[in-house]
Amino acid sequence: MATELNNETFQKEVLDYKEGPVLVDFHAPWCGPCQMMGPIIDELGSEVEGSGIKVFKVDVDAQQELAQKFGVMSIPTLIIFKDGKPKETMMGVQQKENLKSMLEANK
Amino acid sequence: MEKYDVIIIGGACAGMSSAIYSSRRELKTLVLTKDIGGQIAITTEVENYPGYESIMGPELAQKLKAQAEKSGAEIKMEVVTEIKKAGDDYILTTANGEYQAPVVILTFGLKQRQLGAKGENELTGRGVAYCATCDGPLFRGKKVGVVGGGNSSFDAAEYLSTLASEVHLFNRTDKYRAEDVLVDTVKAAKNITIHNFTEIEEFVGEQRLEKVLLKNTSTNEASEIILDGVFIEIGWVSQVDSIKGLKDMLEIDERGYVVVDNQSKTSAPGLFAAGDVTNTPFKQAVISAGEGAKASMSAAVYLQRLKGGSIVINNKK
Repeated sequence: MATELNNETFQKEVLDYKEGPVLVDFHAPWCGPCQMMGPIIDELGSEVEGSGIKVFKVDVDAQQELAQKFGVMSIPTLIIFKDGKPKETMMGVQQKENLKSMLEANK
Repeated sequence: MEKYDVIIIGGACAGMSSAIYSSRRELKTLVLTKDIGGQIAITTEVENYPGYESIMGPELAQKLKAQAEKSGAEIKMEVVTEIKKAGDDYILTTANGEYQAPVVILTFGLKQRQLGAKGENELTGRGVAYCATCDGPLFRGKKVGVVGGGNSSFDAAEYLSTLASEVHLFNRTDKYRAEDVLVDTVKAAKNITIHNFTEIEEFVGEQRLEKVLLKNTSTNEASEIILDGVFIEIGWVSQVDSIKGLKDMLEIDERGYVVVDNQSKTSAPGLFAAGDVTNTPFKQAVISAGEGAKASMSAAVYLQRLKGGSIVINNKK
């Protein structure tokens, strides 16, 4: 599973996390492609558990401030953060294996 | 390399329906697709799919997938990049490996047409968008544009007018292909401005879209407008080119559609096609679903002949 973040938990779990890359899925309940991405993100979250890699979700409807801060203008947008900074940005539905190898490359 | 009886490329109405029919024939079936539901997944309400008076597009997409999986089909979210022939079989390449089958059913539909304006690629996802139902709510209270004169652009304009502060609809002529009732709704909306004889020359912006350069198609006069987002809704085109080797194998018409006969056969033995990817008229979810079923039944007959066995007429289950 991948946990939903809000403004405060985002600071702690993503921006202050220094042990490895963090993948964040910016999504919304009304977006069809996001509904496809959701289960993939959950699976990925379970698979990387304990590896130092973290996977989270942000609902752009509930967290408009976060969406604005990272310039999310299309969803789903996936951002890989490293040492609190955005390293890679991907838009649209992504395949699990690709995400995994990108996360490994940023370890 | 994994071997299957049937590999279906594409996971929307035609593909999932194909998968249901193939796996119910106890054929080892794989669906390779980049998404689930295709155009249906980015639609809002669907009110013309029999059996549902009204259903949300994404929900219908998930139901199709669940039914295909329950029937026994395997679904992998992988993009096919190349197709090759090896004896009676086809070999498909994805980023994760190769898959082999004597039957391949093409159901990967169409892709959204791009405008071809300067700055479009660079600013895609940074203000330039192709899916109003997906990205529209990110432009709440902002100024947006919509390009196109058909149902999808008028639909998008109407939807966006409920979210954005201003909507500007750009159309190259003063004629609309959208249904009259939709045109009337858009014309009546207070915050929608229709710009006839107008095309977009360039999208301008550093990190995000800042403004749009326009040209009047009758007078050539240039102008510009400040917009936060522009939704391009100008229809769908063939993506047969995206699979290396495919277009050299089969007959394709002048619009890029795969030519099929009334049994869903392409010009290549073992290659079948269904749905929007084909030259079958009327691009509709229910037509795709029907054509997908037909392609699988036709493929089952082909497989029986190939294996030299008797032809099974009815479903086993």
